[in-house]
Amino acid sequence: MKKSFYLMLIAMAVLGSVVLFEGCSGKSGKNQLVTINGAGATFPYPVYSQWAHKYEKLTKVRLNYQSIGSGGGIAQIKAKTVDFGASDAPLKAQELEKNGLLQFPMVIGGVVPVYNLKGFKAGDIKLTGQNLADIYLGKIKKWNDAAIAVHNPELKLPDVAITTVHRADGSGTTWIFTNYLAKVSNEWQDKVGFGKAPAWPAANAVAGKGNEGVATFVKKVNGAIGYVEFAYALQNKMSYVRLQNKAGTFAVPSIESFQAAAANADWQHAQGYYLVLTDQPGEQTWPITGASFIIMYKEQKDGLHAERILSFFDWCYKHGSDLAVKLDYVPMPEKVVKLVEATWANEMTADGKPVWKKSNQE
Amino acid sequence: MALFQETSTQNRSDTVFKIITMSGAALILLLMAALFIQLFDSSWLSIRRFGLSFIYTNVWDPIRHIFGAASSIYGTLISTAIAMCIALPLGILIAMFLVELIPPAISKWIGAAIELLAAVPSIIYGMWGLFVFAPFMAAYVQPFMKHLFGDIGLFSGPPIGIGMLTAGIILAFMILPFITAVVRDVFAMVPAVVKESAHGMGSTLWEVTRQVTIRYGFQGIIGAAFLGLSRAIGETMAVTFVIGNSHRISTSLFAPANSITATLANEFSEASEPMYLSALIELGLLLFLLTFLIQVLAQFWLKRVKKSMGVQ
Repeated sequence: MKKSFYLMLIAMAVLGSVVLFEGCSGKSGKNQLVTINGAGATFPYPVYSQWAHKYEKLTKVRLNYQSIGSGGGIAQIKAKTVDFGASDAPLKAQELEKNGLLQFPMVIGGVVPVYNLKGFKAGDIKLTGQNLADIYLGKIKKWNDAAIAVHNPELKLPDVAITTVHRADGSGTTWIFTNYLAKVSNEWQDKVGFGKAPAWPAANAVAGKGNEGVATFVKKVNGAIGYVEFAYALQNKMSYVRLQNKAGTFAVPSIESFQAAAANADWQHAQGYYLVLTDQPGEQTWPITGASFIIMYKEQKDGLHAERILSFFDWCYKHGSDLAVKLDYVPMPEKVVKLVEATWANEMTADGKPVWKKSNQE
Repeated sequence: MALFQETSTQNRSDTVFKIITMSGAALILLLMAALFIQLFDSSWLSIRRFGLSFIYTNVWDPIRHIFGAASSIYGTLISTAIAMCIALPLGILIAMFLVELIPPAISKWIGAAIELLAAVPSIIYGMWGLFVFAPFMAAYVQPFMKHLFGDIGLFSGPPIGIGMLTAGIILAFMILPFITAVVRDVFAMVPAVVKESAHGMGSTLWEVTRQVTIRYGFQGIIGAAFLGLSRAIGETMAVTFVIGNSHRISTSLFAPANSITATLANEFSEASEPMYLSALIELGLLLFLLTFLIQVLAQFWLKRVKKSMGVQ
């Protein structure tokens, strides 16, 4: 029971706030707000909060989502302090099984390498996946390295040292990014692997907390390269690099290129929806694309409450697309939504009865 | 009779007062013991797994669950050392100036400003460090140092402005007001008659300062130094902003580094695996022990110094 102290602390804080909430909203008034509690990934936070805002106006169901990071989200759902956890890194099927959890993809987004080099703008520099891995391995040390110059013959690259920037906190964004590097570089796979907080090998590496931390370091250091989620890069007008995809084209990050990555994904046969969208085929595909997942218990205590939660997600799938696109996320394709809702109906129960009825699907 | 009663209530209230104060004091000890036990208990997983190698190996690999905290410990020690090297001499000089060389009226104003500086929250220093000071270091100070000393050893690597040296300097700025304020008070407490006698014997201002003021206030200066040291070693936010958070040990002062507190601040919320969490808590335990050790050493040293300097 050693590890549990801090978990308990978190749990107590969350429980405390829940109790307070309940105390305030009370069970007396039927018109009062009902609260759904979730915690996890920061990557989809903007879109979840927009969805929640709109949904609350429509239904008086409030979502209380704490964007504490994917790792925290998984820890909290395991500690049963929240109704659902959210993670950018999917859990493996056997881990889901072991804990009686189920997961489903909610929204798709992209991770974008951003850089800061005096005199160069967004999309000026083209890199291959191998380049990117070698930069983060510390093998490519300067911007005018021959390996980069070869793909950018029209540019006059300066003799400036590359500073790599990565996330200091464990992060789903890092998980997706390193997953991609591990796919395109054997050396990366052997030396580093992929995860939410790998041991970064480059000597000249700086780490910032959160997307904003990485972005700040990139902006402050000439010659820096980092990675942030697409929406973040866009809103902060950061210079992205064009990245070569599997088909050989140097793709530009955009909703369309993320959609292209998601289009070919085989969700049907992915056990527990464990599917990573990095390095997917397709002419237009952006190679570092990833889905963000929701994790819930299969066995729910309160059937009514569980149905309420699923209704929210159902609404997001069916009516949240415009909002998602506006925030530069890709909504889940319709056929995936059908699959997911079938999973709800088949696998989630409360007191032995299914929580989600097929009839709920309009 | 009336007298007797009064004494009795007085006795009783004294006893109650004694018990209250005593339990207050006991609470401190209890809290410390509880803190230590909890830290030790929670980090047991990591202690059992890595043993002493946790302190001297430098791997920080949450994927493979291998943890060695050398880089964080090194960063904490070096950044604190840089801060002390800058802040202590500077603090003493400023204090001397305030006490000996300018009129008390002006000194009072500057003194108030210093105390205000001490009250600035550390995150402000951190943000200022990242947005103003680090770019300044990158653009001017580090290239100049490279030019001066060459691109080797302590000054190798690209001048990015974020790293060990910047963290040390920011820390120095943070503890400077503390050290200055305490040392100023210490100097001000040196009895005027002692200084005047020295002057009367024909000593110059420098001689008086060196042999009377500093000697008289030595214990206080040490106290100020340790106050600064303990603040610097536990400082979190400002360091996290500018140190670069890289789990590597580099000889270069320009290179990004890490400290115990920065590692904790960055990684705690995401540490979901038991071993990871345990390793982080062990870092906390190490910091706890480090501060404790410093306090003990300080006390010990102070005692010896008192004897050898002949100051009571």
